[in-house]
Amino acid sequence: MTEKPTLGEVLRAHGISRRGFLRYCAMLTSAMALPASMMPKVAEALEARRRPSVIWLSFQECTGCTESLTRSHAPTVEDLIFNHISLDYHHTLLMASGHAAEAAREKAMEENKGSYLVLVDGSIPLANPGYSTVAGISNKDMLLDTVKDAAAVIAVGTCAAYGGIGAAAPNPTGAVGVTEVVKDKPVINVPGCPPIPVVITGVVAHVLTFGALPDLDPLGRPTAFYGETIHDRCYRRPFYDRGQFADSFDDDGARQGWCLYKLGCKGPITNNVCATIKWNDGTSFPIQSGHPCLGCSQPNFWDAGGFYEPVATPTVDATGLAVGAMAAGVGLGGAAAAIGAAARKKASAAHEKLSVEDLEDES
Amino acid sequence: MSESGMDLLLWAKGPGFQIAVVLFLLGMAMRLVEVLALGRKTMIAPAKGDPVSSGLRTIFSRSVPAPHIMQKRPIVVVGGYIFHIAFFVCLLFFVPHILLFKQGFGLSWPGLPSPVIEAFAITGLLSLVVVLICRMRQPVRRFLSTYDDYLAWILTFLPLLTGFLTVNRLGLSYTMVLALHILSVELLLALAPFTKLTHFVTTVFARYYNGAINGRKGAPS
Repeated sequence: MTEKPTLGEVLRAHGISRRGFLRYCAMLTSAMALPASMMPKVAEALEARRRPSVIWLSFQECTGCTESLTRSHAPTVEDLIFNHISLDYHHTLLMASGHAAEAAREKAMEENKGSYLVLVDGSIPLANPGYSTVAGISNKDMLLDTVKDAAAVIAVGTCAAYGGIGAAAPNPTGAVGVTEVVKDKPVINVPGCPPIPVVITGVVAHVLTFGALPDLDPLGRPTAFYGETIHDRCYRRPFYDRGQFADSFDDDGARQGWCLYKLGCKGPITNNVCATIKWNDGTSFPIQSGHPCLGCSQPNFWDAGGFYEPVATPTVDATGLAVGAMAAGVGLGGAAAAIGAAARKKASAAHEKLSVEDLEDES
Repeated sequence: MSESGMDLLLWAKGPGFQIAVVLFLLGMAMRLVEVLALGRKTMIAPAKGDPVSSGLRTIFSRSVPAPHIMQKRPIVVVGGYIFHIAFFVCLLFFVPHILLFKQGFGLSWPGLPSPVIEAFAITGLLSLVVVLICRMRQPVRRFLSTYDDYLAWILTFLPLLTGFLTVNRLGLSYTMVLALHILSVELLLALAPFTKLTHFVTTVFARYYNGAINGRKGAPS
């Protein structure tokens, strides 16, 4: 087997200057909330890193996560890193298919036993293995077989992390995320529909640089990227604080760029870095383009109330219940009053009048 | 995997909301009908004044503190005022709350900026703490206080506290504090009919009755 090139060699071969590479490393160091003094170490470690073996498994997914990474406007350092790590197996991108592709996966697993990374996009159907198969192998079997000698698993996208749209009610395929199936390997969740490309490569770069997992939050997400809410970092936050809101998509507030809370923005309950790193090489993100955040990096975001309903309003209509409750209350109150009146009437009927003479007679 | 705060929030915005609405309306309707159906004994003595005008006047005049009470217990009176004003400003003029009224009743009105609401929330919380200390420190008031008084205090303190934390999370997850805030309000709604918090409606009837009975006797009220 020929020795794999280092990342530095790959980048230079693609005409990426050292300055461009260092700029990427500085951005990554800052995005991962590391001290600036770590930047040279990140650059050094990444540059000298030999091509790691990565197996990318796609299950019940839309390929949006892969698209997010590979369809950048122009070649960026991120997608070159992605190309560098890629890919011993990715059945959407592989030329081969069927048994030839599966042979590539098995070979990569054998040659890199204990050191390869597994990236997963898409949810895993547990209701019936036949709902989603690759080369006749069920998603669950393929996942368990592939991760058994892996160093770590990265669940890319909300489907792989938490089940995503596949798991949305009524979840006909019994879809689950990776952590419901893989219990004995470290799993990093990189949710988003899709995740920001820099976040995907940032997590991979962290694992490559430090040889260890980044700090994770209780939902298995790297805290460096998912530690804060969109709302906390949103450039429209001052409008929220001042009480200036867009009431519709085409009113004066919307044109003034006011807060989209009333239009259903889920920024307050969504942890991600869209508001700071942004999309398309830092060009924009949904709120900047005038659309509320859908909360796509949160578990169950499909079922968390209407996309255009404000965060704190009820998800149910209680009008019928309210009318029924009032009618029942009036009925119960009336019944209680009637019982009370009957008791008073009975007491009144049983009342015996007592005169002074009666009392004197008794004494 | 699911997010515990999100599960709680969805429960609070769905079934929790329905349970709270049902308990609140059922309880309030029951209590009001029961109280109003008691009626009053027929008055045989000739009226010395107009009961209706006196009753209506008293509904409002009792909102002005009586001078002797103000002199004797200024902290309780002023604290009570501040709390009620702060509570209703937070309830009625915070924009996310207005959205809730808009969704429920189709009515909306302009809101106040968040920092103003926060200032009212802190003022309301402090006033509640002060009146609680007064209640505990004065032997007679402490003796007269029942669990109902302390329960009512907790039920009104929690929504203000969790509401403040929802805006200034102090390291807590927004989803979780928002869920706790909504749950605290639902607890307030669900228990209000069965505590002295019913005064938010019954105070009108009680004042009218007192005013009317005094007016009928020709006495000022």
